[in-house]
Amino acid sequence: MKRQQFLAAAALFATATLGFSGAASAQEVVKIPCVCELSGAGAVSGTNYRDGARMAVDEINAAGGILGRKIVMTDMDTQTDPQTSRALVQKAIDSGAYAIMGTVYSGSTIVNMMVAQRAGIVQMTGSEAPNITERGNPYIFRTSSGAQKGVPALTAYFKDQLKVKKIAVEWVNNDFGKGGHDVFRKEMKRVGIDVVADVPSEQGQADFSADVSKIKNSGAQAVFVYLNEEEDARFLKEAKKQGLKVPLVGEVTLTGQKVIDLAGGAAEGAFAHVGLATSAPIPSIEKFVAKFKKRYGRDTDHNGIKGYIGIYAIKYATEMIGKFDSKALAKKLHGLTLDASKYPGMLLTTSWDQHGELSRESFMTEVKNGKQVVIGTVPAN
Amino acid sequence: MSQFLQVFLSGLSTGSIYALAAIGFTLLWQAAQTVNFAQGEFVMLPAFFVLIGIHWLHLPLWLSLIFGLIVAVIVLGLLFKKVVVEPMLPNGGLPLIIATMALSILLKEGTKQFYGAEAQPFPNIFPQTTMTLDGAVISVQDIMNLVVSLGVVVGLTLFLNRTRTGRCMQATAQNPEVAEILGVNVKRMVLYTFLVNAALAALASFLISPIYLAKFSNGETLGLVAFIAAIVGGFNQIRGALVGGLLIGVLDNLTATYVTTEYRAALPLVMLIVIILWRPQGLLGTSEGRQV
Repeated sequence: MKRQQFLAAAALFATATLGFSGAASAQEVVKIPCVCELSGAGAVSGTNYRDGARMAVDEINAAGGILGRKIVMTDMDTQTDPQTSRALVQKAIDSGAYAIMGTVYSGSTIVNMMVAQRAGIVQMTGSEAPNITERGNPYIFRTSSGAQKGVPALTAYFKDQLKVKKIAVEWVNNDFGKGGHDVFRKEMKRVGIDVVADVPSEQGQADFSADVSKIKNSGAQAVFVYLNEEEDARFLKEAKKQGLKVPLVGEVTLTGQKVIDLAGGAAEGAFAHVGLATSAPIPSIEKFVAKFKKRYGRDTDHNGIKGYIGIYAIKYATEMIGKFDSKALAKKLHGLTLDASKYPGMLLTTSWDQHGELSRESFMTEVKNGKQVVIGTVPAN
Repeated sequence: MSQFLQVFLSGLSTGSIYALAAIGFTLLWQAAQTVNFAQGEFVMLPAFFVLIGIHWLHLPLWLSLIFGLIVAVIVLGLLFKKVVVEPMLPNGGLPLIIATMALSILLKEGTKQFYGAEAQPFPNIFPQTTMTLDGAVISVQDIMNLVVSLGVVVGLTLFLNRTRTGRCMQATAQNPEVAEILGVNVKRMVLYTFLVNAALAALASFLISPIYLAKFSNGETLGLVAFIAAIVGGFNQIRGALVGGLLIGVLDNLTATYVTTEYRAALPLVMLIVIILWRPQGLLGTSEGRQV
């Protein structure tokens, strides 16, 4: 009797399990994992990128998903380590990813994007090193413009507004920094500004006293600061400590809210060109920033916007092709322009060229009273 | 010349903070014959205790610093000795060293889980003003860091040499059996050493965090530099650790300014190799014989 009861229970369990899995497959999902820097030196950028993407995922799912399928976004922490990121991109592909969000740090993206390319999976990166879109990878797409577009936007400012003849550059010696540094040197040579101090620093460097001292004694009339967020803050604090009085000008990170918070008053007066600005007086951006703060209880930097629009770009392009085909998705995104008035999730009208490089309106910003303030816009180039 | 003075003083300031952490290595070596590989995390953690005081308990800065110091002394001094060192020490030095490595990972990852992976701003303890000396712009913060660190080292040396408790601590370090026969409360003296180490680590944390920012991974660099400073100076001498710390701070800055910024991180390791080859007992250390 007991044996019969056991068999009956087993049969019931098997039926229930099969029934459940049948129900699960009926509720189909689309997997878009986020391979991001959630710890290590890139934690600030990666966490904001992930949280922005998560907001977009929840909004899209609440509105019915993409072509009726709910998005499942799993977090995969690269620990800001390129080799770990490579393994995680492979893991994401093995788990059936339709597209991949991340990574943000260029050093990781350069290493892991080949894995996604081999598998033919679209990757929405937050990285800005120029060589990412110069390697003929048809599956990589930026969510913000590369340094080759951002840095030249500052050339006119150095030449015509600051009217400097001698300039110094402080840069982080990784793929992101080297990309920006090389473009900067080329631009300065083009307009005849002498680079009198060229100071590389290490990712995660804590002590900038020698760097600032070198720059201070070089006779530079301005400094181009091209570092990651935490190093930006340490550099600004040291510059204030040593009484460095010349204008400090950055690209992307220098006037971000996290840098301002970390550097305290030392960020005051810093200037930067940014591809995306959370302080931009544009209703779509303002609405996004308010939603982000309400949800997470903190401010985001531009990486939050990058993650958000990355997910929406996948949604809109997928709906255009009408199927979940990553190769067709890549083909569709090349040369595509998503007008923000028709596709509100993009926040700003955005275009991609045949290399996955992005074009969009950008901003000049300055730190005033502890806040990033937009002081001008640069048209899409 | 003004640049040299500026860079030299800034190096002394950072070096004096390294020295505080390095002295901790020598103290624990003398008290427990062990190397504490969690020393870097001991310097990282007290800054977070202060941040808890400021943000969670809403204490003013000065009270948060005292709170941080007390918690650090209890957790990194008393609890470290009772929970990690005492149970492990009877099993020999090596298991204890491995235990400190495990503790280092635990403290680092625990801080990351509890306070997040992002760097946190840490309030400035000293004014952010500068003064001009012979054309060099000198930061008041650098000078104060140097004065406080050196003052504490001098105070500690006087305490160890001039007070009865200090001499008992030294006797315990030199020969615990004889010290016990002479009536020294050895267990208590060893405990004092752990408490002093925790207090020094906390002080180093308070001085360096306004510059480095408070971050869970700060201990990696600090621990390594302090360890090298202790070896370079002489692992069994407080004054050796002081010299080692100052030397690394100054040479690091001078190398980055006048030679290369790319290879500055390699400098302490090169120094370590040279010293081990040339003078294994360290610059001011004394040779120690061991019977096998």
